[in-house]
Amino acid sequence: MSLFLLRRTGGLLLTLLAISVVVFAVMNVLPGDPALTILGIDATEDARIALRTQLGLDDPAPVRYIQWIAGIVRGDFGTSYSFGVPVAGLIAERLPLTLSLALSGTCLTLVIALAAGLYAASRHGRTGDWAVMILSQLGIAIPAFWLAILLVLLFAVTLRWLPPGGFPGWSDPTGSLRSLVLPTIALAAVQGAVLARVTRSSALEVMRLDFVRTARATGLSPARVLWRHVLPNALVPVITIVGMQFAGVVTGTIVIENVFYLPGLGRLIFQSISNRDIITVQALVLMVAAVVVLANFTVDIAYALIDPRLKARLA
Amino acid sequence: MFQKPISTLALAAALGLGLVQAADAEALLRSGLQQEPTTLDPTSDATASIAGMLGQNVYESLTTVDESGAVLPQLAESWDVSEDGLTYTFHLADGVAFHDGTVFDAEDVKFTFDRAMAEDSVNPAKRYFSVIDSVEVIDPLTVKMTLKQPDAFFLFNVAQGSASIVAPESVEADKTAPVGTGPFRFDGWTRGDRLKLVRNDDHRNAGAVALDRIEFRFVADPASATAALMAGEIDAYPGFGAPEMLPQFEADPRFKVSVGSTEGEVILAMNNSKAPFTDQRVREAVNHALDRAEIIDGAMYGRAVPIGSFYPPHGPAYVDLTNRWPHDTAKAKALFEEAGIAGDTLTIRVPPFAYATRSAEIIQAELAEAGIDARVETVEWGFWLDEVYKKQNYDMTIIAHTSPNDLGNFAKGPDYFYGYYNEDFDRLWNAITVESDEAKRNELEREAQQFLADSAVMGFLFQLPKLSVVRADVTGLWGNSPVTFQPLADVRIGSDM
Repeated sequence: MSLFLLRRTGGLLLTLLAISVVVFAVMNVLPGDPALTILGIDATEDARIALRTQLGLDDPAPVRYIQWIAGIVRGDFGTSYSFGVPVAGLIAERLPLTLSLALSGTCLTLVIALAAGLYAASRHGRTGDWAVMILSQLGIAIPAFWLAILLVLLFAVTLRWLPPGGFPGWSDPTGSLRSLVLPTIALAAVQGAVLARVTRSSALEVMRLDFVRTARATGLSPARVLWRHVLPNALVPVITIVGMQFAGVVTGTIVIENVFYLPGLGRLIFQSISNRDIITVQALVLMVAAVVVLANFTVDIAYALIDPRLKARLA
Repeated sequence: MFQKPISTLALAAALGLGLVQAADAEALLRSGLQQEPTTLDPTSDATASIAGMLGQNVYESLTTVDESGAVLPQLAESWDVSEDGLTYTFHLADGVAFHDGTVFDAEDVKFTFDRAMAEDSVNPAKRYFSVIDSVEVIDPLTVKMTLKQPDAFFLFNVAQGSASIVAPESVEADKTAPVGTGPFRFDGWTRGDRLKLVRNDDHRNAGAVALDRIEFRFVADPASATAALMAGEIDAYPGFGAPEMLPQFEADPRFKVSVGSTEGEVILAMNNSKAPFTDQRVREAVNHALDRAEIIDGAMYGRAVPIGSFYPPHGPAYVDLTNRWPHDTAKAKALFEEAGIAGDTLTIRVPPFAYATRSAEIIQAELAEAGIDARVETVEWGFWLDEVYKKQNYDMTIIAHTSPNDLGNFAKGPDYFYGYYNEDFDRLWNAITVESDEAKRNELEREAQQFLADSAVMGFLFQLPKLSVVRADVTGLWGNSPVTFQPLADVRIGSDM
């Protein structure tokens, strides 16, 4: 197991290094000049040149790349061109919100998917099954931002139960939780719909197997068969999809944060790209990549935990 | 059937809802904003929302400007101008302090201007300061500025956010914690969410300021902004981005809607240094192809005033030149044929702003009728700045020029993205800037408008409107935007007026 971990960690670091090269290259060939976006279209040429010097943009690209990577190794992500403050601080103040949103979104996705998927599987071919299938098809078809707007119109504008957006800050825990309810639902509905279908078909496959028939024959209740025997065996494909979806959830927050004007990483990425705040974008993309790679890593470990055969192979 | 309301209440309680709002004695204005700045120092960053939030609220300048665009005293209580228009002597307000307690005096003015004029200055409006030769401290409350040449716009320009008076003690921190002399002091900024101000009780006019606190909320998406207004989450949204949503607010007695003027001329810029636009016939043809009424209806839902040259319709020297090249598709077609480009493909490269992308689609159809195959390319802002603005790599584009007194854009030489250069116009613009007599200056400005229209330099489309949606009981917000800042000292909420 430790060799496996070591190998995976090495692979992870190499992947991140490769990503850093790609991100840096892409950001530097992308048309745009941070000095131009900061000083606007009325600025004089010499003011722009002075600012480029101040920002350290005069050095050749390879030098800047090495400085950047050397900084990261020391834990220094550099200073944002447009904000003028350390990038690490910018990320740190936004990360909790985005992570909370991504985690609560994933949890709700799982709840929706397992409940709806198992329910549909247990009612295979009957009305309940059809209802879940139709609803999930609808969930897949609806764009998350549109659902978000509908939720806001109903729960914030008409019923006034929840705020239409914004975030009061963690010092107000109730307010913070209330602000996250609608974004979480908007984020989870679409992912949940996809996952519910996966859960359903995976459960149906397992239900056809002999051991389930045997379990039923021993007189166990249908619910117990479903929870004790079908679910654990149907989970492997579900976990795979959750892992893949986690990347989608992280990027999905970009859209959701804009609709609900939440101060998370998504809006920071958006703002930094339009400002050509290259150094901030680099750090953010690298971090999102790291999160996705780590999520896949976690999924691999999770396989081992739920599937004894894989565990044996790893050991 | 009783379960339902009960469970609703339970849910409401669980979510910690304040169904009954506590009576709030404090006057708080929550104002929505489309664009969030990345720093808070208007002397080193051009982002309009910095001055939009902080100009004349947190920071003050030597002069200020009222809603009509007239210059008024601010930190300078009065000034003398020498006969030749070259020397300005400013008499400063006494007993003014910065928010950190340091005293404001002539040294701060000298520091501010020297910093903006310096060779390594990154002031986004450095051009305003290049006319100044020297800044001299006469005594703690008197500053003398000597200009290299007379500048008719000098007192207007020193009112702008880019000329905010800063102190050497606090200027380094202004990017994240602005310190000024204004009626409100900075009270925190949660990036991505809101920026807060509180009343400065030490301000010389503090007694007249009604608001206790201000919160600027960054809500970029128009649909989200609409929801936030409807849900009572924000009180005002000056500079509302979606004209199509206005009827909804106009029909709602809880809101006031206003359509005011700005200094933003929206133009269909043609690259004058690049074929086929080096040919005046082509530029005339494009102008004949344009139907401004159709463009304004389609792109702005009718909420804009057409322009025929590069000057705002509410300005004192305005001439209506919208009929200089009347809409005439047949004539446009004939001119395109005469110039030998009928059937050619041209590109309209537009930045991602609704007014630009929507106008582009209509102009594309209008050019098609006149026999030109126009391709619309919507590009992202950073890309536009680099490719279109800096490298002049475009055929046509659509952009609003929001600076006041910007006829001089056409005197910026062939390297400016218009690719336009004309010695006669340069002379005309120079005469305007040094003319201190307002009537004579207006006459020259009329001449300049005529000049630009006659040469069909651009397709002049419409004046960008300032759309505002404000809670019915909020008063004192400007309907018009003669400058980027919006003083909030006179704003009141509800019955305390």
